[in-house]
Amino acid sequence: MSILKDAIISQLGADVTFVEGYQHPARTVFCIVPQEKFVDAGKAMKKAYALLAAEWATDETTFGRGYGIFACYRWGHEYLIVKTETTADDPVFPSLTKQFLPAWRFERQIQSLMGVTPLNHPDTRPWIKFEDWPEDAWPLRKSFDASKPLPRVEGEYKWIKAEGEGVYEIPVGPVHAGIIEPGHFRFQAVGEDVLNLEERLGYVHKGIEKRFESLSWDEGYRLAGRVSGDTTVAHSLGYCIALESMAGCNLPERAHWLRALFLERERIANHLGDIGAICNDAAFAFMLYQMMRLKEMLLRTNHALFGHRFIMDRVVPGGVAVDIDTAGREVILAELDRLSKDFERLVVIYEENPSLEDRVRNTGMLKPKRAREICAVGIVARASGLNLDCRIFNPFPPYDQYDRLELGVPVMITGDVHARTWVRIQEVRESIRIIKWILDNMPDGVISAPLEMPPPDKAGFAAVEGWRGEIIYWLQSGPGGEVNRCMVRDPSSVNWLGLERAIHGNIVPDFPLCNKSFNQSYSGHDL
Amino acid sequence: MIRILRQIFRTGIVTEPLPDEVTREIEAVGLKLEAAVRERFRRSITIRQVDAGSCNGCELEIHAINNPIYNCEKYGIHFTASPRFADLLLVTGPVTRNMEIALRRTYVSTPSPKFVVAVGDCACTGGIFGETYASLGGVDKVVPVDARIPGCPPTPLELMQGLTHLLDGAENKK
Repeated sequence: MSILKDAIISQLGADVTFVEGYQHPARTVFCIVPQEKFVDAGKAMKKAYALLAAEWATDETTFGRGYGIFACYRWGHEYLIVKTETTADDPVFPSLTKQFLPAWRFERQIQSLMGVTPLNHPDTRPWIKFEDWPEDAWPLRKSFDASKPLPRVEGEYKWIKAEGEGVYEIPVGPVHAGIIEPGHFRFQAVGEDVLNLEERLGYVHKGIEKRFESLSWDEGYRLAGRVSGDTTVAHSLGYCIALESMAGCNLPERAHWLRALFLERERIANHLGDIGAICNDAAFAFMLYQMMRLKEMLLRTNHALFGHRFIMDRVVPGGVAVDIDTAGREVILAELDRLSKDFERLVVIYEENPSLEDRVRNTGMLKPKRAREICAVGIVARASGLNLDCRIFNPFPPYDQYDRLELGVPVMITGDVHARTWVRIQEVRESIRIIKWILDNMPDGVISAPLEMPPPDKAGFAAVEGWRGEIIYWLQSGPGGEVNRCMVRDPSSVNWLGLERAIHGNIVPDFPLCNKSFNQSYSGHDL
Repeated sequence: MIRILRQIFRTGIVTEPLPDEVTREIEAVGLKLEAAVRERFRRSITIRQVDAGSCNGCELEIHAINNPIYNCEKYGIHFTASPRFADLLLVTGPVTRNMEIALRRTYVSTPSPKFVVAVGDCACTGGIFGETYASLGGVDKVVPVDARIPGCPPTPLELMQGLTHLLDGAENKK
């Protein structure tokens, strides 16, 4: 019984073909529709209240086929992937942008990097591909030689313009004032009020998706761990789960539990840093230094117990690379007690500070309706009334033991800076509880299983709740069993759209605060 | 307010008194660093950090040397918002094609004498991203590099040590 499957059957009838055994895990429904029905499938999904999770293209010329276009929809615990095909001579597909807003950038990206044109797309400007790239450079195509440098050509990016008396423009970046990643923001403003914000990203495009294709399956997890350095655990995890389900690898129970432990530690460390940084951008530096101190404590324990401050490269295909013993367990429990005591004191200070409250409340509001429109995920979604969390909806052990774990997912509806901070605060508390529970109940046993390489022409799917939100990996093996495509969808790919909307009606000086409360990844978006 | 004060006094100064190995090492490195900064840069050195394509891992550790435990400001190391005030550029990441021009401009905007330090494996050699259509490889492919601090990412301690080594040998550039 699948609501999305029923919805698509009732709309398309015999036009939709469900494919069994191609994509793993089997609970993610996979179907193929003819090109002219691709939009109808999208409409059916919209009617069923599904959200668009990702859209991407594959080059399947090595199979003797053309290009494949994929749209991944999510509703509650269901994921459904719709594929349509297009010929190699005239690669086009109908655009979903009118149905789902995030398709706007997904499709520009497909056009820019794969050279497959979305028909009826309202915006034909390239995305990630800069104006100085040769127009016919489509790096994700198989015929593209990625080892050669690209020549620079003349070109111009057409910015959105605003005109009128007193309207002026503020360009910011790519090199920002703080110690952060590069990106360009362009504001149109009147006085202090922001009329419009346009983002332009792509500065840290390192060709990651193409790079995956030149690596073997068992090397890829290291690259996945460097898609976004602050989310290294969750990204390696996404890659590994997709690979393991393709290869049919059954993990020992303990490996799953250790992965959950790493994931929660990563969540706490990043949330602490963010809570501090948000307060700092509201000129409350005290909180930044207190939170950084707590974060440092956590990172040091990580280093002592797992050999890396961010637990990088410790989630490996087939399991994990490092175990924890009784002494390690005691260290973490003692650390969490200290952390929790200090953290609660700081939360009271946060709550009681009126000047802080004045800055964070009603600032940078992303209304629930807008959050739905952009199909937001993760903390941004949960701060704007969307109850989404892969730990509940697409769980791996121990998260699937709902009745024992009783995982709490905080949801706020105001969608302002405070809501995004408060969701983080509650998640820190919850993660502390989960870690203690994991340590108390973790099963014994080995921590990895042998992994066979996946068979040719198969696909693997994974959705993992990183600290920013849902991360999706979709892997496809080629005719010889090699990596044909590795699609990465960081939460930032959709949530950046939220920042553009949240800033409307705010003043320019509040932008850093709004931006920090989203804290999206540039590297994870640009790939 | 009373809670804030109480928390401040309860926390105390976390930078110095921890009697463990790490802190002693930071202290040793820090003092050396301070001496070098005093001598060569008239008591303070100003750093502009440039992310030329990093995954954000190195940035987290550069943040960490500003935290109260490492507290690099104590040794006269200060991060600035503009390259025009900077003595040193701390560059992370393989240089991406899309960041190449911005990095060159930042380099030109920094007044001489200036240092460029490549931070992290990617900035040193291109790392796992290699040299492709999108990644040009190490920072030295684009601007001259004076020192390298490898690591993925380098720990805060390695960062502080790397800066000391650079400033120790900085005489000839004065």
